[in-house]
Amino acid sequence: MSDRQMDGDKPSEHDEDVTLLRVPVSLDYDYSAGVSASRFLRGIEQGKLLGQRCPVDGRVYFPSRGSCPQHAVTFGDETVDLSDKGTIVTFSIVRVPSANIPLELPYIAVNVVLDGADTILMHVLDANPEDVHMGMRVQAVWKPREEWTTSTANILYFRAIDEPDADYDQYKEHI
Amino acid sequence: MRDVAVVGFEQSPCVRREQNRNEVEVLVPVLRALREQTGVAGADCDFICSGSSDYLAGQSFAFVSGLDAVGAWPPVSESHVEMDGAWALYEAWVKIQMGQAETALVYGFGKPSMGDLPMTMALQLDPYCVMPLWPDAISMAGLQARHCLDAGVLTEREMAAAAARDRRHAMQNSNAQLRWDRSVDEILAEPYLANPLRKSDCAPISDGASAILLAAGDRAREICERPAWIRGIEHICEPIDLGVRDLGRSRSTQIAAEKAGVGSGKIDVAELSAPFTHQEILVERALGLSLDSSSQTVVNPSGGALAGNPLMAVGLSRIGECASRIFSGEADRGVAHATSGPCLQQNLICVLEGE
Amino acid sequence: MCPEPEAALTAPHSLEYTYKRSLGPILSQFFTALRDRRMLAVRRSDGSVLMPPKEYDPDTGASLDGMIEISSEGVVRSWSWVSKPRRQQPLDHAFAYALIQLDGADTTFLHVVDAVEEGSMSTGMRVAARWKAETTGSMTDFVFVPVSSK
Repeated sequence: MSDRQMDGDKPSEHDEDVTLLRVPVSLDYDYSAGVSASRFLRGIEQGKLLGQRCPVDGRVYFPSRGSCPQHAVTFGDETVDLSDKGTIVTFSIVRVPSANIPLELPYIAVNVVLDGADTILMHVLDANPEDVHMGMRVQAVWKPREEWTTSTANILYFRAIDEPDADYDQYKEHI
Repeated sequence: MRDVAVVGFEQSPCVRREQNRNEVEVLVPVLRALREQTGVAGADCDFICSGSSDYLAGQSFAFVSGLDAVGAWPPVSESHVEMDGAWALYEAWVKIQMGQAETALVYGFGKPSMGDLPMTMALQLDPYCVMPLWPDAISMAGLQARHCLDAGVLTEREMAAAAARDRRHAMQNSNAQLRWDRSVDEILAEPYLANPLRKSDCAPISDGASAILLAAGDRAREICERPAWIRGIEHICEPIDLGVRDLGRSRSTQIAAEKAGVGSGKIDVAELSAPFTHQEILVERALGLSLDSSSQTVVNPSGGALAGNPLMAVGLSRIGECASRIFSGEADRGVAHATSGPCLQQNLICVLEGE
Repeated sequence: MCPEPEAALTAPHSLEYTYKRSLGPILSQFFTALRDRRMLAVRRSDGSVLMPPKEYDPDTGASLDGMIEISSEGVVRSWSWVSKPRRQQPLDHAFAYALIQLDGADTTFLHVVDAVEEGSMSTGMRVAARWKAETTGSMTDFVFVPVSSK
């Protein structure tokens, strides 16, 4: 039995001790979007923005996750067609790079409430940082139609449109 | 100690794959049914606690969306465990014991079908020495089963008998996933899935959710005609490394059972959450339940985890299945078991009693 | 009558984490020794030998630091057969996971036996570590093989 004490009697052939262990984790999933999100994604493939209405208070959720997070009820099959125009309710000028956002710095992260929706959509705005402001009217800029898929990436970003700012009262509940 | 009872239980059917509903859409009808059963809406409870796993969901902080099924606006008092809902129930029970709640909603949910479950389970292992070898959950269980067989602790015939019994019981349970009547000899004739385990020795992969309402004292009596009072609840953990544990018995189950007072009265019903037949036998023995068919205890009348295994809800469902037999008067006293970690590393025991 | 809803969209999804774990003094010695193709274990206060070594005694919580070298041969105490390995697993052909007790250790640990077939596995069989050509200091630097076929 080599029950020998470790007194460095077999010096390491490497200079450095092993002090870090790489443990890559890699898991495979077959992800299901669920019927409700699938309906939304199939809509966006056709350039449609489909919201869903809460049967309790009538508020329109976009994007819909299939149920109302306030009243805990499942939405039915009914969808609501929404405009791709909306109002900026708040924004942030981002000067920190992120691996997942391939935009030049600084870029503008915005919360947009689409016309006809009662919930906000997080997206990015293509504008001069000095010009962005709450209440600003914006519209989605889409990829070329032939590139549309069942993905929210069909909308590249939002940009300002030539409309007067929305009244504060129209969007104040989303701030 | 305050008197705390299970006063309501609902579950979704256990299915191999919930293709068309996300986790929230699976949960919403379960919570709605619980509200109809008890007259108490989840959002009106003093405390809400859930069990789920982000690794199963394949996204971080996935559990947060589970709250959509409760209706968390205006805000609610809430907590979450990255464990089976049975441990969420333990936390809720402590909260009520501390006098900070009279009612608590507990739920567990999971859709393991989206991933490769036996591999996802490898992520619960020691990340330095074991997980890098990616032992899948069935291989891990196989190591324990062979140890038990080699040591003469149990036989393949006993394992097949547990496999047959649970699936036969499940024929009466419309929520179960594996429901069949096969003889022990038929099961022993099956080829090995991962020697020494046959497919029948393994719990299915199930998607599903379940929910329980807890209430204290007179509030419990208002909500439920015959509450299932929690007379003892305990969970005990062993080291994670198989090499330093006695794999031929479930010592942690035994200690939890002693502390929960399983042996201090007759047990009419036992609901066990062991996902492999040899583990079910080890748990039965640790609980002191007789394997003899003349025993008074009905083990796994629902079919147990071997008939339906919605991970993160399966242990909570055992507590619910046990409680529902007390609600109905079918049983006066029962024990429910939940497990977590590799090869019965951690076990929770809950003793329930009707008045 | 409700129309049958269209089936949900599905998509493959890979979740990857590039974890790098720092080792601390005990595991650093253990993994450094693996890189040098040696097995290090730790002695507990009762004299028994824990393999792989731990920083703390799993029973008492006492600090452990008496590292000793043990053999890279040992005995299979339990095994289960993997007939269709998954892509993450250490071998791309059928193999066994096993609980292995190295000579000089009092505990078993989980590892891999590269056996030709299921029939060549048995509890109590002797196995020896077969090291990779290039070792980095990890549990995947070696697999075990039956001693007779070494």
